[in-house]
Parts: sequence; C-alpha cells; structure tokens
Amino acid sequence: MSKWKIITKGIIKENPTFVLVLGMCPTLGTTTSAINGMGMGLATTFVLMLSNYVISLIAGLIPSKVRIPAFVVVIAIFVTVVQLVMQAYVPSLYETLGLFIPLIVVNCIVLGRAEAFASKNKPVDSFLDGLGSGLGFTLALTVLGMVRELLGAGSFFGWKIIPGDAILIFILAPGAFLALGYLMVLFNRIKKA
Amino acid sequence: MARESNFKNMVLTLLIICFAGSAILGGVYLITSAPITAAQLAKVNTALSGVLPAFDNEPFEEAYDLEVDGQTVKMYPATLDGTPVGIAVEVITAKGFGGPIQVMVGFLPEGTIYNTALVLHSETPGLGDKLDPVKSDFSLQFKGKKPGNFKLAVKQDGGSVDAITAATISSRAFCDAVDLAYKAFKKIRFEEGGQS
Amino acid sequence: MEYILIIISAVFVNNIVLNQFLGVCPFLGVSNKISTAVGMSAAVVFVMTLSTLITYPIQMYVLEPLQIGFMQTVTFILVIAALVQTVEIILKKISPALYRALGIFLPLITTNCAVLGVSILVVTKEFSFGGTPALLTLPQALVYTAAMAAGFGLALIIFSGMREQMELVGVPKPFQGVPIALITAGILAMAFMGFSGIV
Repeated sequence: MSKWKIITKGIIKENPTFVLVLGMCPTLGTTTSAINGMGMGLATTFVLMLSNYVISLIAGLIPSKVRIPAFVVVIAIFVTVVQLVMQAYVPSLYETLGLFIPLIVVNCIVLGRAEAFASKNKPVDSFLDGLGSGLGFTLALTVLGMVRELLGAGSFFGWKIIPGDAILIFILAPGAFLALGYLMVLFNRIKKA
Repeated sequence: MARESNFKNMVLTLLIICFAGSAILGGVYLITSAPITAAQLAKVNTALSGVLPAFDNEPFEEAYDLEVDGQTVKMYPATLDGTPVGIAVEVITAKGFGGPIQVMVGFLPEGTIYNTALVLHSETPGLGDKLDPVKSDFSLQFKGKKPGNFKLAVKQDGGSVDAITAATISSRAFCDAVDLAYKAFKKIRFEEGGQS
Repeated sequence: MEYILIIISAVFVNNIVLNQFLGVCPFLGVSNKISTAVGMSAAVVFVMTLSTLITYPIQMYVLEPLQIGFMQTVTFILVIAALVQTVEIILKKISPALYRALGIFLPLITTNCAVLGVSILVVTKEFSFGGTPALLTLPQALVYTAAMAAGFGLALIIFSGMREQMELVGVPKPFQGVPIALITAGILAMAFMGFSGIV
C-alpha cells in the first residue's frame, strides 16, 4: 500500500465517523460550532499519530497478554500531554471541550487503530495511518459542527451570516443526534450513487 | 511478533511503560505549568480590566474573600497611584438555569457599577447565554447604573432590568449575582466608613 | 433533600447519554433488544459506582496532596481497566449465573467513556444545590454516580424499546441502521429536554 493511500483511506473509505461509526461521544458532544469540532478533531489527530507511532515501535516488545493495558497507558500519556498543552496555550478551547479531552483515551478510534494497524505495521506507516484517520475524524466533526452552527446559530465559523434567530434546537443536545443522523443519510446516498 | 507472556515480563513491561510515561508527563508538566498559571491569571486580568477603570496595582495579588449573606465572594481592590479607583467583586450564583453562573462586577468608589463581566456559565446556547455581552446587550444595562436608584431585579419582579426574552431564569440569576456583589460592596464601604 | 435533587438532576435533567453525550457507543451498539439493554444497564450501574468508590479517594487523598493532578487520566483509566478485570474474575468464581448475565458486557465497559467521564466529572465539577458551589462529598458523589448510571440505563432501555418497534416498519434504504437510530435518539433527547430547568 502506498504511503498516500494509507492517509486517504482514513478520510473517505474508512471514515471513522460516517463509515465505521466510532467515537460518537466527542462527535456529538463537541460539535456545537465548526471551530469546536475542528479543535476536538485536531486534538484527537495529534494523539492518534503519536500513539500509533510509539505503539508500533514497542509492539514487538510487549507480551501479548498485557498488550491492551500497555496500549491504553501509552494513549493516556499522550492524551495528558494534549491536555496540558491545550490548558497552557488555548485555555478557552480547552474549557469549551472540557471533559471530552481526557475522554480521548477511551475513544474507540484511537485504541482501534492501535490494535488494527499500529501493532502490525512499521512506525512511519502507523504514523501516517493515524494522520489519515485523524483527518477523517476532524473532517467529519468540522462538517457536523458547520451544519449545526449554520442551522442553529446562523453563523459560519463564528461569522454571523444569516440575520435574526436561527433553529436553536440544532445547537442543543437533540440537534446533535438529528444533524448527524441526516448527514449519515446523505453520506450513504452519495456513496451509493 | 509478540513475545511470550509470563508473569515476570508482563509486570516488568507495564512497570517500565508507567515509569517512562510518568517521567515524560512530569517533564511536560514542568514545561507547561508556568504558561497554565499565566493563562489562568490572564483570564482574571482580562475580566478585571474590563470591569474596572484604569488601575496600576495588581488586584489579583491583593484579592481577599468576604462573607456576605452566607456566601463567599472575592474582592479585587484596584488603585491608581495609590488612590482607590474601584473594586471588582467576583460572585458565583447557584440560580442559573444550566448551572452556576460566575460574574465579575466592577464598582467605582462612590457606588456606580462601572461594568460587568460573565466569567463562567453553562446557560443554554442561544437563550441564556445572551448574558454574554458579545451575544446581546442584556448585561450592558448595568453599565453606569447606581444600584440605589436602579433596582437590581428583572421587570417581572418589579425591578428595573429588562430580562432576556425566553430566558427569565438566567436574567434573574444574573441580577441576583449583581445584587449580591452590591451587598458585598456596601458591606466593605460601611466598614471603611466606620474606620475613618 | 439534596440527595433527591442530585438524583433528579442526574437521571433526568442532565441525562448522561441524551444530554451529556457520554456512553453513546454502547447506547447505539447494544440497544437492539430490551433484554441485552437491561443486562448492559445493570453492568454499567455496578462498575460505575464501584469505580467512583475507588477513584474519588485516589483523587482526594493521593493525587491532590501530592499535587500530581495531571496524572488523573492515566491513573483513572488504569484503575477502571483493572477494576473491570477484577470484577470479571470475581464474578466468574462466586456467581456464575450473574457472570453469564453480565459477563459479555464487562469488556465493553472499559472503553465506555461514561465510566471514565463520570469518574472525572464527580471530582472536578463543582455542584451547587442551593448554596455556594462546591465539590461533592464522597456519599454525594456515590449517589450522583449511581444516579448517572441509572439515567444511562433508563435511556438505554427506553431506546431499545423504541428500536424493537422500529424493526416492524419499513425504513428507506439510506436511513437504515445507524442513521435512523440517531434520529430516533434525537427525538428521545427532545423529550428529555422537557426536564431542563426543574432543578
């Protein structure tokens, strides 16, 4: 598989959100605006890349029975790094995303990629795989955030483009489920066509 | 690929990973702890400079707690060239719709509200979050008012404040917070008056 | 009184799945049949309450005094993973019947973000039930966790009932599977919004 293919497959063909339906909690919880969705996606991408790289390096040294706990610890370490860095340099985004940053640890995408790809492939390939899946996740979150922000607040990346009140429900909790549901319908329809 | 598992190498591997990880995290923590404190300080300072006239002391360093109506509020005195120019009161009210609301209220020495700032809240986006001056003019109503002749309650409760449409509870909570801040302000002014 | 407030707030107003978006994966994954939903709910209530019972003291008496709060995520996930393993082993030994009922759900719980999420929530978020906001005490935290887990169970069981009914109707092709489940969940979330503001 070429390096380029490794990156792109995570974005469309194996999109973590729309195709594999993984990592639903941050997808629904953080996409009240496009920027928030993007921030969450990028934080996850960072963890995915580094944890994939390190896990690929050490996978051969780990006894098979403690593989999962070892992977989880590695992931948790990178998540904490992200937590500290965000707290220091983008405190307002950190506050908005809140609980969902530490919860990257239990995001099925991260452990899933570690198990399915990084433990069997070379470090550089694993790094790129993390990058691809991460970007696919970021894309999905940004699109969902964009849709919800546009419908729910009438703005685009923070710029108010539709004057007056918007359909508030899309910013609130039920709107997350509805918007993602209809986006998936759209994705299925396009993929089939 | 994967190694045979036996008790010794399993425990050893996990221990090594945990130690290496803790070491890395400790390092990152040392690097980021200063910027984190700075970021938290910057947040308070932004709020302070928004609700107070120009000052040249460090209100954050001189802040103290005050007990008023059974609640604890935080007072940030501001001075310019040694003369008091105002005081900011940080209040948390539990009456918000979505959870606690934290408000900073700046008073001039003679008791006028200089400005208010919303520090922390979890009100409904699009409704209660209009407390934020970026999103609506609601909180600007308090600017330059003297609580003596401006009743700190929404009009529905016989006060002078126009509530946010469809977010009366949030508006009420905000008024409540400003009112508590004013009570705290009156308390210290009374005490200072007693001293001099 | 405050315990009643905590319970109502955790089960209905801030429902863990429909309002906080924690544990959405099992919510979508094991909600095809009511019987599995009940098993999963029971397992979650059990593990979540136990994990708070362990992580809360760790946070208050180990991490905070040593000022290593940044180790929170690493410590908590390890504790939860170890806890789930231990529970599995103990259940297998002492109650095979219960193990058969809950066993298959236990491995799924380690990666259920609701468990880690609530463990972190109860030690960091300040709650105010009528007074100055403060951190929960241990008994309050336990009640809150159990109520959160019960809220998860409630949402999961209602939802699986809805999905069983949905089996009987014809759904357009692009809607089949996850999309229709999400839309159903959206409508259920709207119903739960009716509780907001009562506490």
